[in-house]
Amino acid sequence: MLLKQLSVFLENKPGRITQVTKVLDEIGVNITAFNIADTSEFGILRMIVDNIDTALQALKAQGFSVRTTQVVGLVVPHQPGGMHQALEHVDKAGIEIEYMYAFAYNSKAAVIIKADDTQKLVDVLSGSGYHVLQEGELIQD
Amino acid sequence: MIWNEHAECMDREQLLKLQNERLRNMVSRLYYNVPFYRKKFQEAGIDPGDITGIHQLKDLPTTTKQDLRDNYPFGLFAVPQSEIVRLHASSGTTGKPTVGGYTRADLRTWSEVVARSLYAAGVDKNDVVHVSYGYGLFTGGLGIHQGAQKIGATVIPASGGNTKKQLQIMHDFGSTVLACTPSYALYLADTMKELGMDPSELKLRRGIFGAEPWTEEMRREIEAKLHLKALDIYGLTEVIGPGVAMECEHQKGLHIFEDHFIPEIVDPNTLQPVPHGQVGELLFTTVTKEGMPLLRYRTRDLTTMTVEKCACGRTLARLNKFLGRSDDMLIIRGVNVFPSQIESVLLEMSETEPHYQLIVDRVNNLDILEIRVEVNEAFFSDEIRQMENLAKKIKANIESVLGISAKIKLVEPKTIERSEGKAKRVIDLRKLVD
Ligand SMILES: [Zn+2]
Repeated sequence: MLLKQLSVFLENKPGRITQVTKVLDEIGVNITAFNIADTSEFGILRMIVDNIDTALQALKAQGFSVRTTQVVGLVVPHQPGGMHQALEHVDKAGIEIEYMYAFAYNSKAAVIIKADDTQKLVDVLSGSGYHVLQEGELIQD
Repeated sequence: MIWNEHAECMDREQLLKLQNERLRNMVSRLYYNVPFYRKKFQEAGIDPGDITGIHQLKDLPTTTKQDLRDNYPFGLFAVPQSEIVRLHASSGTTGKPTVGGYTRADLRTWSEVVARSLYAAGVDKNDVVHVSYGYGLFTGGLGIHQGAQKIGATVIPASGGNTKKQLQIMHDFGSTVLACTPSYALYLADTMKELGMDPSELKLRRGIFGAEPWTEEMRREIEAKLHLKALDIYGLTEVIGPGVAMECEHQKGLHIFEDHFIPEIVDPNTLQPVPHGQVGELLFTTVTKEGMPLLRYRTRDLTTMTVEKCACGRTLARLNKFLGRSDDMLIIRGVNVFPSQIESVLLEMSETEPHYQLIVDRVNNLDILEIRVEVNEAFFSDEIRQMENLAKKIKANIESVLGISAKIKLVEPKTIERSEGKAKRVIDLRKLVD
């Protein structure tokens, strides 16, 4: 039930993100979700892609510092307060969210969540009836 | 095992007396037999009779490799050539080789200190010592050879090269001790693997490795691949050759054979002793050498020294890890900074070889140190907070080691320029300003 996310370390220099997307484009890897966290000095590019092993190898070969992290993909119910209710379940379970970012999934809203206990997060969300994305679901798109 | 308990476990007060006496004797030999030193003494206004003991070493002139070059080949010899029975030389990367001349007594001293070194490594007459150091002008081969012979071990003078044949001999002759450079030990291990040879087919149990700097990581690798205990031997042709200092089986630093070679750890700029335990350049005064005695010879090696008695029973001072060369030293805000100190901090944090660069600049008359660290996989986290904590931790650890603050900049892999595969460690922008 966990998704594998690709993270790339980038210095804050013009054109660096384009160089990453160029590598992925050349090997025909699709980006499903994309997020950048940055400080004044450096940034971390996080992505969900359709062929993570190929992408990982290609980026490493180009000299990037790359790693994979397990994250949770949650489809947010399309109703007022949908996001809020989901997060309340997470809080109650005592799970700490490290970061999250949104993306579109089959014209629905979805979020990627990284938590201190990712497996517990999956259990809590699926146990409460939420749609937690599986790797296969994303690749079919 | 201790070869010469009298010398190696001597009460330190008694050792000091012996050193003082030997230094007085050496100073007069230098003054009367070596014009180079006589001139230096006269220029400094020192009369050989003024010198009573090693506490005055700090006032005496030092000797550099350049002095050896200027007096090439035999200008620093203290005896007539008829007394010299052996010559050795180290090739040196630049210019002329440095030459060492040995009298009969010098050769005896040399085999004595190598015998002590081998015993310290747990090697005795029951061992088969395979010497893969080069034989020739280089001191490695013959140096270990003579010492191994002295303790009565079976010596195989294999010298360098023809690795497959060496392995065959080691196998057939049952070598128990391997003496070579640490990098050749690794090469041997790799060749064994290629040949499908298992280390258990050999009887090796000890390695006497030296003649080049090596890391703890290399030690672990060699020990795992060759199934032996790897020990560090230190020496320089100028001083005598291998056997100036040797690690004992406790692997807690290299015991210096201080009754022959008096060590000092000094500030490379002032040439005055640094406070006990601090990093500085290693100097040797070869009090018993006859052929080419050297006063306060500057090794350019940076290290620290421990005087506490070792668990092995030896009272001899120990050299700790070598931290690079004094030529690499920087002075930042009046503090001596060695790139290797920063490297050790990073190594402790990542366990892989770190790539880093120091950038020193002067802004408003204040020196600024920036340390760029390449983010390799061991360092990289996908959380900003953790990356910021990493930078903070590096900063704090470096400040506690150096005593000055530094700015830490995390950079992408391979962005620090390398020349011949090695990263350029220091960029000092201050020089451009002056
Ligand atoms: Zn010891």
